[in-house]
Amino acid sequence: MLHLADLTKVYRGRAKEVRALDDCSLDAGPGEFVVVQGPSGCGKTTLLLVAGGLLRPDSGGVALNGEDPYSLSPEDRARWRSESVGFVFQQFHLVPYLTVLDNVLVPSLAKRSDGAGERARDLIEHFGLGDRAEHVPAELSTGERQRVALARALLNRPKVILADEPTGNLDGDSSDRVLRHLGEFAADGGAVLLVTHDPQAATYAQRTVRMADGRLCE
Amino acid sequence: MTVWRLVAKEIGYRRLNFALGAVAVLVAVGCVVAVLTVLSGYDVRAEGIGDAQEARTQDIGAGLKDDARRLMLELGYNVLILHKDQDLGEFYAQGRASKLMPETYAEKLAASRRLMVRHLLPSLQERIVWPEQNEPIILIGTRGEVPQTHLDPKKPMIAAVPKGTMVLGSVLAQKAGLEVGKQVKLLGRAFTVGKIHERRGNEDDVTAWIDLAEAQELLGKPGRINAILALGCLCVAQTPGGVSKEITSILKDTQVIELLREAAIRRATRTAVGNRADQFVGLEKTGRESLRLERAVLEKWVILPVVLGCVVWVGLLALGNVRRRRTEIGLLRAMGVRAGQIVSIFLARALLVGLMGAAIGYAVGFVVAAAWDAGGVALGGKAVGVAALFDPILLAATLVLAPLLSALASLVPAMMAAQQDPATVLREE
Repeated sequence: MLHLADLTKVYRGRAKEVRALDDCSLDAGPGEFVVVQGPSGCGKTTLLLVAGGLLRPDSGGVALNGEDPYSLSPEDRARWRSESVGFVFQQFHLVPYLTVLDNVLVPSLAKRSDGAGERARDLIEHFGLGDRAEHVPAELSTGERQRVALARALLNRPKVILADEPTGNLDGDSSDRVLRHLGEFAADGGAVLLVTHDPQAATYAQRTVRMADGRLCE
Repeated sequence: MTVWRLVAKEIGYRRLNFALGAVAVLVAVGCVVAVLTVLSGYDVRAEGIGDAQEARTQDIGAGLKDDARRLMLELGYNVLILHKDQDLGEFYAQGRASKLMPETYAEKLAASRRLMVRHLLPSLQERIVWPEQNEPIILIGTRGEVPQTHLDPKKPMIAAVPKGTMVLGSVLAQKAGLEVGKQVKLLGRAFTVGKIHERRGNEDDVTAWIDLAEAQELLGKPGRINAILALGCLCVAQTPGGVSKEITSILKDTQVIELLREAAIRRATRTAVGNRADQFVGLEKTGRESLRLERAVLEKWVILPVVLGCVVWVGLLALGNVRRRRTEIGLLRAMGVRAGQIVSIFLARALLVGLMGAAIGYAVGFVVAAAWDAGGVALGGKAVGVAALFDPILLAATLVLAPLLSALASLVPAMMAAQQDPATVLREE
């Protein structure tokens, strides 16, 4: 499903170059929950951004079901993201002025579908947020916010979820809940690529990969 | 989720930013509408005053022309019609025409519709010695001017002398010791002195005017005249010979003497006065045009800085809004929202800012202008009224142009938002 091959990405600053990805290769098949663990600054987030079609690598290739997002025009790549990828971030990145329901519906801006409202409600119920649908993010706990972010990522039925430290700001119970939901997504046939330095995440993964200084090792 | 729903929710959340933008548009629109409406009120009043002034100037000009025309009539007739066989040498030497014409010639001329002369005066003149007074006189029989019924009636230059009445020149009256109302005999017939002219300093001072028919009878020349005087139009001096040709085509056995000097003076004077009168009206019109230009310049200098200031202010607010929503934009882009949609989110917001500012600004500006108008501070202190001040075109232009300008001011920030790299934003966060 998701195939990352020989990825290299170098950030060129004024003072020095930072090799964020150094010949990284990784596959995540359907139903596979892959965790990438490593310390801060080792290139985990860069790996997710490259995999999600947001950051073009200097070399190497990305393919999702055989389709290379970087061979597409920016507009087509945006459409590819809306149809194929769901993002979950450590900071949740919920829109502060939208209710839970509207936040979950934000991806429908990019990909219109008639059943978006109903699916959003189903997801909200599924994630235990039924009574919070009309609340704004500021009225939610951090665990609830992350579940809203997860519901949002799932709205357009993506093929792969790219999660960047999704449990970084959560307590143990909330982390478990979020990881369990990600596991359910994988169990339903999706692929999950989760980068974290949280050792607990590995317990939900089928495969754990270590990352250090831009390099991956099984 | 739609762009408009997202925009509406964001406006509700960041009310202050939206309100500041709308206030900027409101102030600009309010100022522009108030200034334009007050000026249009001034225009209505100034037009009224100007129209009245122009009408007065035109009246004065017309009066001047009429005065000149009447004064020029004092110069007397400028066309003399004599019999074709009249010897002009003899006429000038003796001051009278010896060859006679039928009196009906005058009626024939008056009936012609293509005649360029007016005030037709048939007369019979003889130099005789007044036997009862033993005085040499010029006896003139006249019936007054022959009416030209197909033309507008004009006041005659010389009035008819009633039968049994005599009008005398001053020298003659003095020498004969005659006064108005006295009975006097001429060639055995009794007359009453009807009028004595002021001294004119020419042969009129020794002239006695009586009714034409009585003169014809006394002189034994019934139905005959020896001259027809007339007043040619201004073209007499312009096209010498034209009048003569015209008259002789109607009265074959006549000759016409055009008194060109009088005609030229008359024409020059009337033309000069006419030109001066037209000049006054022209000056009036130029003055009004100049006021209109001043108004246009004033409008430009009021509107341009206000609109420019508003555009800059709205643009800066939009830029602030874009910077504050950096993460949100990055997230939307990451989720596949296209650049065009990001632009439309900010432009839709700007359109709403412009529309709200324009609607309230127009109302405020119009109310201010109406209050100004009603306060009677304007020229003439007379209110134009709300109905006259209301301009639907200005309202429509405001409601269309203000949102468009607001969107234009937000275009650059919107483009900046759309070009933001989501990877950079999300990595930094």
